Amino acid sequence: MYRIIEKKILNQTVIQLLIEAPLVAKKAQSGQFIILRVDEEGERIPLTVAGTDPILGTVKIIYQVVGATTKKLSLLNEGDYLKDFVGPLGVPTHLEGLGKVCVVGGGVGCAIAMPVAEKLHSMGVDVTSIIGFRNRDLVILEEEFRACSDKLIIMTDDGSYGEHGNVTVPLKEMLDNGEKFDMIITIGPLVMMKYVVETARPFGVPVTVSMNPIMIDGTGMCGGCRLTLNVDGKKVTKFACVDGPDFNGYEVDFDEAFSRSGMYADFERHAYEETCNLYKKEVQ
Amino acid sequence: MANINMSLQKNPMPTQTPKERASNFEEVALGYSEEVAINEAMRCLNCKNMPCVSSSPVKIHIPEFISKIKEGDFEAAYQIITKSSSLPAVCGRVCPQESQCESKCVRGVKGEPVGIGRLERFVADWHNTFCNEDPKPPKSNQHKVAIVGAGPSGLTCAGDLAKKGYDVTVYEALHTAGGVLVYGIPEFRLPKAIVKKEVETLEKLGVKLETNVVIGKTLTIDELFEMGFEAVFIGSGAGLPNFMGIPGESLKGVYSANEFLTRSNLMKAYVDAPSTPIMKGGNVAVVGGGNVAMDAARTALRLGADNVYIVYRRSMDEIPARKEEVEHAIEEGIDFRILTNPVEIIGYNNPDDKKDSKNGCVTALRCVKMELGEPDARGRRRPIEIPNSEFEIPVDTVIMSIGTSPNPLIKSTTEGLEVNKHGGIIVNEDGLTSRSAVYAGGDAVTGAATVISAMGAGKIAAQAIDEYLKNN
Ligand SMILES: Cc1cc2nc3c(=O)[nH]c(=O)nc-3n(C[C@H](O)[C@H](O)[C@H](O)COP(=O)(O)OP(=O)(O)OC[C@H]3O[C@@H](n4cnc5c(N)ncnc54)[C@H](O)[C@@H]3O)c2cc1C
Ligand code: FES
Repeated sequence: MYRIIEKKILNQTVIQLLIEAPLVAKKAQSGQFIILRVDEEGERIPLTVAGTDPILGTVKIIYQVVGATTKKLSLLNEGDYLKDFVGPLGVPTHLEGLGKVCVVGGGVGCAIAMPVAEKLHSMGVDVTSIIGFRNRDLVILEEEFRACSDKLIIMTDDGSYGEHGNVTVPLKEMLDNGEKFDMIITIGPLVMMKYVVETARPFGVPVTVSMNPIMIDGTGMCGGCRLTLNVDGKKVTKFACVDGPDFNGYEVDFDEAFSRSGMYADFERHAYEETCNLYKKEVQ
Repeated sequence: MANINMSLQKNPMPTQTPKERASNFEEVALGYSEEVAINEAMRCLNCKNMPCVSSSPVKIHIPEFISKIKEGDFEAAYQIITKSSSLPAVCGRVCPQESQCESKCVRGVKGEPVGIGRLERFVADWHNTFCNEDPKPPKSNQHKVAIVGAGPSGLTCAGDLAKKGYDVTVYEALHTAGGVLVYGIPEFRLPKAIVKKEVETLEKLGVKLETNVVIGKTLTIDELFEMGFEAVFIGSGAGLPNFMGIPGESLKGVYSANEFLTRSNLMKAYVDAPSTPIMKGGNVAVVGGGNVAMDAARTALRLGADNVYIVYRRSMDEIPARKEEVEHAIEEGIDFRILTNPVEIIGYNNPDDKKDSKNGCVTALRCVKMELGEPDARGRRRPIEIPNSEFEIPVDTVIMSIGTSPNPLIKSTTEGLEVNKHGGIIVNEDGLTSRSAVYAGGDAVTGAATVISAMGAGKIAAQAIDEYLKNN
């Protein structure tokens, strides 16, 4: 059992937890993830490690309440326990040898991008962060990003905070103006990452994307997390949980990944409603 | 022996009727009663040279335990079996006895062999029902051994060492112990309560179980030694699913058998209101002919599929699954499309509506007809494609069950650990790997094989570890 040490509400739907998991805390690096189960009958869900304290033995995770399991998770409080918590899984983000990097985060993906920006900053890399949200109320981690970015641009879809527009707008502007990045690292919704890749393509800047397909075991046992890469004109199947979650953005077949991500959309909507109803009943 | 039952047939195994069981997940085979078990035991001739024992992978003293059944002393029979096998209730249910102990039974020359597997199961179930004495942990010898993976090989090795007084810790990547016994083999063939009981027995013996630890990630083999373990056994199985590499394998509705079975078994997608989803209903094609394929097909049927096909490229004679599973599958109405090989999976595509949620879902499996050619090096006749024989089977789900390979994770994080070209860890006859004090066995060494061979490997390694640590 894994104790919740601290719970912090970041916005209406995004929550940050500190979990006591000493073995994971000792090993995890930026870009890696964990898999948790809330209770005995629960499903296994992957969440990225947003930070660790190896001395206190805690792991920070940040998640958005989107489905039945994250809803259940949001009902737990400090002092409660998670049934299972395993990690660190996946390959750490490759950050060596970079001088200037643009980190592009979207929505809750910013929670995954933040530790990457932090790590880069601590390595002395020049970090430009572009973070995008739907509106002002959903903005998270602004202070954290500010602390580790040489330049921070906040975008909102409706212009209610920061600049108006998509994250690709300032990215394109900078590239057009001759800014040279050694690498763009982008984490967020699939569509956003796809457009970041398209924006960078004419400039030939390497793009690393962080994929988060449906997973079960996270150890390479089921193949459910597979995605297709186009490597030199050849299709290659990779398992995101062991080969990723980071991939070369120019190689990922985004359309297929997008299609696969919707495999259980109906089931998830239904399960989410059920959980909410159960919760409402309990409250009454 | 005065009383010999000369019937040419085994006592039939009582089962749920095919119609009944096709829609539930309860165990198919119900087990012998005491009377039937004694009657079946009477078929054993108690041969002096015991051909059955020599073809049992763990050398169970078969005629000896059967004699005890004849006498009605079932507990004594159990004690004889557990001297050689640590998971009898499991093996009695899932071992391919027809190609092991029963294959050499003298009664099988004319008629059917003695139902050794059924008797083993009977004895183990009898013990589990009537004897609930907890095993006592032996006196500790202060030596620490770590086991990687809680499948049959790891659990067997752990049990044997614990009985000798070792301080044993088992590290398991998943949230539940049992390996393939819990994530692969379905409830209707091996009830999970049985596996749970076997694991609890080990814990009572003093074995410590640490779930949610992935060796190679959470801890490495080298760190285990730093933590004070003096020897390590790797029983991490062969969990990496293979795909065929044909077009369409990433469509929605295509699963590896591992994923499909894990969703249903481990994550309990078969219960009424599951938290883990699975595709149900419609038509399902399972590609492959092994035990795994039979399990996937029969699981799909129970989840409510309209039609389930086994698509296998050789003929019924070559099907590698246990005979009983194939028979059960046929009885339940699984449609065997033999001498058939898939070449492409076809998906739905609505060119007018890119947002149509059906886009990318499986609609059919395109196959070719095969015929059998000359035998290959292993004596199996090679399937050859018949030209211009393409046809389509309309399906909604395709389950790839064409084998698994050992996971490269431990190898890639353990310096000096050598593997063969299939990824299997290389060991000597004692189970010792290329690293000193590191042993391995089961599917991690052989590639996907059987429960009993994994157990056998766990036993051999336990013996070798004991010798090694005693002399060090
Ligand atoms: C669906 C199915 C049906 C089968 N039916 C039969 C049958 O009827 N009869 C039969 O004899 N055989 C059958 N088999 C084969 C049999 O189950 C296997 O040969 C046997 O389980 C192998 O045992 P093992 O201990 O080597 O590995 P496994 O049972 O695979 O156990 C390995 C364990 O190690 C864990 N692990 C892996 N990597 C790590 C790591 N890095 N760190 C920590 N833990 C790790 C895994 O999670 C797993 O729990 C079947 C297999 C399947 C999949
Ligand atoms: S999650 Fe199962 S293989 Fe990646």
